[in-house]
Amino acid sequence: MDKPATKIINRPKKKSIFKDRASWELLLLCLPALVGYVMFCYVPMVSGVVLPFKNYKFAKGIFGSPWCGLKNFEVLIKSSQMGRIMRNTVFYSIWFMIIGPVFNIIFALLLFEIKNRGALKFYQTVITFPNFMSMVIVGFITYAVLAPKMGLLDQVVRSFGGTPVDVYMEPKYWPAILTIVNVWKGVGMGSMMYFASLMGIDVSLYEAAKIDGANRWQQTWYISLTHLIPLVCIFTILACGSIFSGSFDLFYNIPRNVTILYETTDILNTYVYRMLQAGTYTQGVAVGFFQSVAGLILVVATNLIVRRISPENSLF
Amino acid sequence: MAAKKKSINTHMIFIHLFFILISLVFILPMILVVSISFSSEYSVTNLKGFSLIPVEFSTEAYQLAFKNPKSIIDGYKITIAQSFLGTFISSLVAGMAAYPLSRSNFRFKTPVTWIIFFTMLFGAGMIPNYIVLTKYYHLGNTFWIYILPGFMGGAWNTMVYRTFFKGLPESLFEAAKIDGAKELTCFFRIAVPLSTPVFASLGFMMLVGKWNDYMTSMIYIRDTSLYTLQYLLQRILMEIEFIKSMMSGDATMSNANLNVTGMRLPAETMKYAMCVIAAGPMLFIFPFFQKYFSQGLTIGAVKG
Repeated sequence: MDKPATKIINRPKKKSIFKDRASWELLLLCLPALVGYVMFCYVPMVSGVVLPFKNYKFAKGIFGSPWCGLKNFEVLIKSSQMGRIMRNTVFYSIWFMIIGPVFNIIFALLLFEIKNRGALKFYQTVITFPNFMSMVIVGFITYAVLAPKMGLLDQVVRSFGGTPVDVYMEPKYWPAILTIVNVWKGVGMGSMMYFASLMGIDVSLYEAAKIDGANRWQQTWYISLTHLIPLVCIFTILACGSIFSGSFDLFYNIPRNVTILYETTDILNTYVYRMLQAGTYTQGVAVGFFQSVAGLILVVATNLIVRRISPENSLF
Repeated sequence: MAAKKKSINTHMIFIHLFFILISLVFILPMILVVSISFSSEYSVTNLKGFSLIPVEFSTEAYQLAFKNPKSIIDGYKITIAQSFLGTFISSLVAGMAAYPLSRSNFRFKTPVTWIIFFTMLFGAGMIPNYIVLTKYYHLGNTFWIYILPGFMGGAWNTMVYRTFFKGLPESLFEAAKIDGAKELTCFFRIAVPLSTPVFASLGFMMLVGKWNDYMTSMIYIRDTSLYTLQYLLQRILMEIEFIKSMMSGDATMSNANLNVTGMRLPAETMKYAMCVIAAGPMLFIFPFFQKYFSQGLTIGAVKG
């Protein structure tokens, strides 16, 4: 009964908004960022919401161009490439969303087993190395391996008596290549996050489990993996927002923008970039709008689901 | 007991074996790149192809690359300037925005947090950004396109800073306030000095990101002397004509077609020599700062 009473007594008197000097000073600190977000995020954002419904004319500007209803979206839906691009984008996003964490967690758990500090440091340094290079450099490496005639793979295949293929002409190999490259580049940093989280586990949990007779697998399953669930949740929520985007870096640089490979390498982001290059803004803008809206809905929905199941694992 | 110990050892041997194999998968490609750059063009195109050890050792690719180094030097200048200046401004602005969000007495906390956080959920898209930045802000083909659009440091980083500042003891700021300090003083004299680890980690992450930026040049820059290194490399890799025009001293688009002289360039090995020159030094330095990277990750993993 006395709880509400103390609450009233302890509540600080709310200052008038004009006399709250501290808040205004703090707002001043935020000001550069706020101006920046308005200028470089919200203004483009508003344009991004308006433009898809307009027939954009460069001379007339964003707000001067005439409205055209849903025409841009109609053109898009009728476009023959759209089905393929959508399929690629969604397929790769979901596939990477599964395969990425799987590899990251396996690597983190294995690294966690290593007790030799020197060896651990060495392995970690080596596998995080690709994280520091841009996809362009990774493109150089994949080209060195995959190039027709000169490439390393070509030589290996020939030395085993096989007939080498030019993978830059064959779309069917690219899902595998892109998966390998994506894991190769991301596993170092990805596993590092899970590893850091594993390091935070109280050692006494494992000792208690050992006393209770838990074997190595049970310890991994019930303690280590369970501990990683919140991280998996956060990454999944964030990844959901980009299901309809995909990594431009990967899909542009690794297949080297080769037209023949579009069947399996073209995604929405590379398509939007091509539209930008070609100057056909209207379709690109419609795609961008769809990506943003779908991304927002997916993030909020995933977060909502996660919050229902376990509130402490949600992002917001 | 002895048997048990032995089983643990074999288990460890498998793990080490696994990681040694994996390490090779990561190291060999780097060796391959360096090796190609030191091979003679003839051995690459006519003899064996790319190999892990140069079949015919040669420095011709490097000699040619250094004969006309203007593009690379320009690339280094622009990349260093934009990445360091950009990182400095972004860390400062993001830190400044995050500090008030961490304070309990900030009355505009909720609206400001939402304004910043929402940019993480909803983006404008590539083309609206392009139109606004070039047509209205006139940033296209200028150096400032590298700095300005991202100078706020990003919502995610701001949230990480906020989480870190929240961990600082409130009593420090109260004591300073009693001594007559203003909020601005509290931030610059107390919060910043106590937060060097988070500034170092996030700053390093931003630096790596900005150093590897090629998209900005790709979308907004037409002037070759304003290219970042990574974009220079991308064009070298993707366009055969580009490397020729670069070597003839003038790498503008219009001349690319005119300058296909009969000169025989070691195109393949030179691509890789360029790659080593442009990317090598920083890739060699970055891993030494890896500890900041992992620190940044653990700080970021705490939910705010």
